[in-house]
Amino acid sequence: MELIIQGIIKAFELLVTFDPEVLGITWLSLKISGTATLISLFIGVSIGTAVALNNFFGKKIVISIINTGMGLPPVVVGLFVTIFIWRNGPFGFLEILYTPTAIIVAQAIIATPIVMGISLASIQNLSPNLRLQILSLGASRLQMVWVLIKEAKLPLLAAVMAGFGGVISEVGASIMVGGNIRGYSRVLTTATVMETGKGNFDIAIALSIILLLLAFLVNYLLTLIQQRQHPR
Amino acid sequence: MISKPFMHAENIILKRGGVTVLDIPQFYVPQSRILALIGPNGAGKSTLLLMLAGLLKPEQGKIFFQETPVETRADLAMLRRHVSVVFQEPLLLNSNVFENVALGLKFRSMSKAAIKNRVQKALDYFGIRHLEKRSARALSGGEAKRVSLARAFAIEPQMLLLDEAFNSLDPPSRETIIEDLKQILEETKITAVLALHDREETLRLAQDVTVMNSGKVVQSGTTTEIFNRPDSEFVAGFVGTETILDGTVSACSNGNLIVSVQNKEIEAIGQCSIGQKVLCCLRPENVIISREIQDKTSSRNVLEARITKVIRQGFFNKLILDCGFPLVAYITIPSFEELGITQGMTVIASFKATSVHVIPREK
Repeated sequence: MELIIQGIIKAFELLVTFDPEVLGITWLSLKISGTATLISLFIGVSIGTAVALNNFFGKKIVISIINTGMGLPPVVVGLFVTIFIWRNGPFGFLEILYTPTAIIVAQAIIATPIVMGISLASIQNLSPNLRLQILSLGASRLQMVWVLIKEAKLPLLAAVMAGFGGVISEVGASIMVGGNIRGYSRVLTTATVMETGKGNFDIAIALSIILLLLAFLVNYLLTLIQQRQHPR
Repeated sequence: MISKPFMHAENIILKRGGVTVLDIPQFYVPQSRILALIGPNGAGKSTLLLMLAGLLKPEQGKIFFQETPVETRADLAMLRRHVSVVFQEPLLLNSNVFENVALGLKFRSMSKAAIKNRVQKALDYFGIRHLEKRSARALSGGEAKRVSLARAFAIEPQMLLLDEAFNSLDPPSRETIIEDLKQILEETKITAVLALHDREETLRLAQDVTVMNSGKVVQSGTTTEIFNRPDSEFVAGFVGTETILDGTVSACSNGNLIVSVQNKEIEAIGQCSIGQKVLCCLRPENVIISREIQDKTSSRNVLEARITKVIRQGFFNKLILDCGFPLVAYITIPSFEELGITQGMTVIASFKATSVHVIPREK
C-alpha cells in the first residue's frame, strides 16, 4: 500500500516539476499520434465521403469491411507492418523499422478505418434531400461535397478524436515497430509498460495520469458534440 | 395552355426498381403562371418536380427548357442554375440564417456586397430580416420554412418548384406563409410549379392544375376548369364536386359582398376590396331548386336556371344547371319527382349568401 501512495506522490512531483523525461515522452507521443491522425484524416474522410455519396455494386460489403477495420487489433497491424518493413521485407529498403516513422505508419493504419467509418456514417446521416437541395441551388459537384463535409464537421471532428484516442492509447504496434528506444521512439504507452516491468511505479503512474487526462479530454469533446442540437 | 411553355416534357418514362413511377407523354409548364400538381401520395408529383429541377434524368423522353432540349450533364447544370427547389423539409445548413440564404449566391461567386444586398432583399420579402444573425438551429418550424423560401428566391430564379411545403406547420403560420408566398409569386410574375395536396391551397395559389395519379397525368387545365369539369370520377373525387366560379368583387359593405360572375351577380359574405378577383365556391347540396320564385326567402341569391343535364347518383340526382354560369345542384329523388323536373326545363335555383365560400385571388 505504501508503495502505491509513494508512487502517486512521486508521480505528481514528476508532473508539477515538468520532469524532462516525462515531458519528452509526452511530446513525442503527441507528435507521432497527431501526425498519424492527420494522415488518417485525409485518407479516411475522402474515402469515407466517396463511399457514402456513391452507389455501387458491393457497397454494403465495403462498408462492412470498413466497420470491421474500426476494431483492427493493434498487434496484428504491428505484425504486418513489421513484416513489410523488415530488412528483407518488400519495404525493407526504406529502413524505417524501430523509428518514429514506423510508429506513424502503424498508427495511421489503425486510425484510418476509424476515421473512415465515422465520416462515412456522418455523411450518410445527412438527409439525402440535402444533396439535391445544394445541387439545386446551383452548386457544382465539388462545391456540393465540400458543403456536405462542412455540414458534417462536428461528427467528423468526433471521427478525428476517436482516431486519435485509439492510437495514443495503443501499445502493441508501437512497441513492435518502434522498439521503445529511449529518447527516440519511446511513447507514453510503451514507456508505461517498461517502467511497470522495472517496478518504477512512480514514472508509470505519472505517464498513466497523462494518458487518462488525454482520454478524458477526447471523450469530453465527443460528449459535447453528441449533445449538440440539430438544425431543422 | 394559355401562354407559351416555359418548360415542356415529351414521352417521359422513369422507372425505379422495375416499377414505372412516371409515364407522361406530354407535360407543359406555362410561362409566368402558377401550376399546381395535385394527386394522392405516390402519384409522382415529387419525382416530376425533381425531373423539372434537373436533379433527375428520365430513362426515356426529353425535357425542354425554353424550347431547348436538356440532354447532357452540362444542360442539366444550366437548368439547375435557373430553377429553385423548395423541398418539404427546410434542409437548412448548420449556420446562421444569413449564411443559409446566401448559399446559392456563393455558388455563383458573387461579390460580398451583391450577396448582402440580395440576401437582405430576400429576407425582407419573407419578413425575416430580424432573424439574419439567428442560428438555423434556433428557428421555429415556420421561421425555418421562411428561410428556405428566402434562400430559393435569393438566387432570383426563373422558375420556382415547391414540394408540399406547408404540411408540417401549425395553422396560423401556414396561413401567413401561404399569404406571403402568394403575394410574392404575383409580384415577381415567376413561373412556378407547386406540388400541393390541399384543395384550398390549390384554389388560392394556382392558376393551372395538373392532376396526377400513379405516375400519369390524369387531367390538365385551368383551376376553374379542373374543379368545375373534372373529366373522370378520380379527378372529381379528388377535387370535390363544388361549383367554382371566377368573379370580381363589385360591391362590398360590412362584409356583404356582391361578386360579378359572367354578367350575373352573386351575393356572398367576406372581407374583400372592390375590384378584387375572387373564386366563389358553392357546394351542390346547398342549392335549392323550385319551380317558381318564392316571395319570402332568406336566400340572397335567386336565379333562373335551365337544366342542361340530369345525372342519376344512387339516392339522389345531380343537376347541371345553366344560369349564365354553370351550377351543380343535388336533388333527392322524391323532390325530383314532385317538381316534375326534366332536362331542358327552366327552374329557379337559390342559395344563401352564407353558403358561398369566397377565396381571394390576385389583387
